[in-house]
Amino acid sequence: MKLSLTKVVNGCRLGKIKNLGKTGDRTMDIPGCLLYTKTGSAPHLTHHTLHSIHGVPAMAQLTLSSLAEYHEVLTEYKEGVGKFIGMPESLLYCSLHDPVSPCPAGYVTNKSVSVWGVGGRVEMTASKFMAIQQALQPDWFQCLSDGEASCAEASSIKRARKSVDRSLLFLDHCLRLQEESEVLQKSTIIGVIEGGDVMEERLRSARETAKRPVGGFLLDGFQGNPTTLDARLDLLSSVTAELPEDKPRLICGVSLPDEVLECIERGVDLFESFFPYQVTERGGALTFSFDYQPNPEQTLLQQNGTQEEKQYVDQSKKMKTASGNQEMTSFEINLKEKKYREDFDPLVRGCSCYCCKNHTRAYIHHLLVTNELLAGVLLMIHNFEHYFGFFHSIREALKSDRLAQLKELIRRQAS
Amino acid sequence: MAAASNATSLESAPRILRLVAECSRSRARAGELRLPHGPVATPVFMPVGTQATMKGITAEQLDALGCRICLGNTYHLGLRPGPELIQKAQGLHGFMNWPHNLLTDSGGFQMVSLVSLSEVTEEGVRFRSPYDGDETLLSPERSVEIQNALGSDIIMQLDDVVSSTVTGPRVEEAMYRSIRWLDRCIAAHRRQDKQNLFAIIQGGLDADLRAACLEEMTKRDVPGFAIGGLSGGESKDQFWRMVALSTSRLPKDKPRYLMGVGYATDLVVCVALGCDMFDCVFPTRTARFGSALVPTGNLQLKKKQFQKDFRPIDPKCACPTCQKHSRAFLHALLHSDNTAALHHLTVHNIAYQLQLMGALRASIMEKRFPEFVRDFMDTMYGDPTLYPTWATEALASVGISLT
Repeated sequence: MKLSLTKVVNGCRLGKIKNLGKTGDRTMDIPGCLLYTKTGSAPHLTHHTLHSIHGVPAMAQLTLSSLAEYHEVLTEYKEGVGKFIGMPESLLYCSLHDPVSPCPAGYVTNKSVSVWGVGGRVEMTASKFMAIQQALQPDWFQCLSDGEASCAEASSIKRARKSVDRSLLFLDHCLRLQEESEVLQKSTIIGVIEGGDVMEERLRSARETAKRPVGGFLLDGFQGNPTTLDARLDLLSSVTAELPEDKPRLICGVSLPDEVLECIERGVDLFESFFPYQVTERGGALTFSFDYQPNPEQTLLQQNGTQEEKQYVDQSKKMKTASGNQEMTSFEINLKEKKYREDFDPLVRGCSCYCCKNHTRAYIHHLLVTNELLAGVLLMIHNFEHYFGFFHSIREALKSDRLAQLKELIRRQAS
Repeated sequence: MAAASNATSLESAPRILRLVAECSRSRARAGELRLPHGPVATPVFMPVGTQATMKGITAEQLDALGCRICLGNTYHLGLRPGPELIQKAQGLHGFMNWPHNLLTDSGGFQMVSLVSLSEVTEEGVRFRSPYDGDETLLSPERSVEIQNALGSDIIMQLDDVVSSTVTGPRVEEAMYRSIRWLDRCIAAHRRQDKQNLFAIIQGGLDADLRAACLEEMTKRDVPGFAIGGLSGGESKDQFWRMVALSTSRLPKDKPRYLMGVGYATDLVVCVALGCDMFDCVFPTRTARFGSALVPTGNLQLKKKQFQKDFRPIDPKCACPTCQKHSRAFLHALLHSDNTAALHHLTVHNIAYQLQLMGALRASIMEKRFPEFVRDFMDTMYGDPTLYPTWATEALASVGISLT
């Protein structure tokens, strides 16, 4: 694979990753996002409904937490997880954890990392981990790593150091195992940058990981609530400065539009797309505008009602944990509200998704009130399409040097 | 209001069924319904989309499966979101954006299924809403009024429904009341040109009562007849006899809609007995419990035996689920909280039902219906000693022997 940068503007990298996939002919745009999945399927969506969405990313994110327990099944299947889940044409990235469910802390040892599936805890040594990857055969996978330095409220230097040491040991072990496996030659290991909130450790992690023959880097431990990311942005800049330019930088746990832009400005290339899923689960529809060069009237129309009606959301509110049950953001409207009962407009005027072309806010409201499954399907279609459209607009803005306008537009809607 | 004198208050009803072929042995018929939102091939299975949605599948997916008519429930929609809102949304078709046909039932069945919340008088059925505790009276007039607002292509009379396990004078009372309510529905119907009002034959499991009901209701010139009050807890033996009695007395040139029937064997037998239209929640409901319908019965895909079964649900099935996915993947997905699993099975089970009806129809048109029935039973049950007795007898009664 080859990453070529078209331009770098204020720290933002615009480019393409070429020669991807088993046949080496696939391409990905950066900055970009990965399709979020649960147990190998986009949430709520079958192949038919998924492919009604415009702009679905070339690469999907699978989570080891949902698939590790099917190791035996996949080994017997032999043909790889892509075919197993019915997505043989998609590029696949396998992360350790599901960004929506937090990691129960305290289960990483010097020898193993654990993930939680429906059947319970799956403990993985480097050998077991690589055996599972051999059965999955993803295009990219996050290396076994210790991400717990950032789980606690305040990570100690000692814990931060351990997370870096362990992750490097895991990485070296996994690289050795990869050399011995013919099957895994075709998969790319993504090195994981750890180190908690300790600058020294973060830099060490970046420099040391960059010395290894990894295909890209995952910036772990920057997720949290909006205030924690804010506090970690300087750390992020320093980390990416240490990384080679010609390899992709992924970040986990960051998916909000304003945070995405902050991270792109600090050298991040790829993001997860779980935010549209979280919005869907609370009956919300993304309505934020990313149209950074409209006539001013249009921007206002696209937004959620008048200035007075816009909800003020306290950005410093802590995120609810467990099911990722965050507070509603100002990037969305809540279709459960009574005011949508007789609203026959589409979710977003001008949106070309299947939901907006075929259904009304009133109908979605009805589906939510009556607890019908179709609500999740239609909202997921819209929210994914809207979010993928946002990333497209980032690339377009970078191309035409208008990122500042887009950033201002998003910032205005973030509060 | 005299019952018989209103028999001519409906102008000569349109003949909406065109018969294309009839089995020379049994009573099976193939035809085409001409409805406001397009033609529908019969015999037809109509999936049930209770609250203006076919559960987790989109209108586009349902259309792609070949469905051309499905159901909505007046009781549910009358409460949420209510007829006024649906009217503002251009009717139920506009509200759910379904381009093909819709049939709404009257709300009568909910009297039986939600009996603790209802009270029946000559006036109508008094319901207490489970959502807000409010009381509503569902009269024949009100039911037709709501259905007029919904704009469905076929609307059902409000009938006085009693469970098929009830015996005694209540059954007779309900039968005669249903006739009176039919006349009230006919009188109240405001959109005869756009919506086809069907009568519903009642009479429980009593042959005399059912015969009396048939005699009276067939005097009313409605576009179609439903056979109601069955598909409850009655024995299959009693069930088929009532169906056979009904089809023997219903006019040939009007559709016969057997309500609440959807199990494969029941569909095959009742097509043989002369029914044209069917509805049932079973295929879509069982999908959401992880059960996939196949020619040999069903697969409980959550079970461990499917964990490493890499075959599709049915290698002969043309549905999107079977084209792309294995039992093993569906098994894994069913054990997750991703609702996509349910949708995959809903798509397949609807496809199964529609494919079955299509195969039945083709066999009638190609004059090999009895052969088809024999093959079906053989595939489903294997050993002839395992064939359900009621099915064997019912088929024998219309000239199809299974030996």
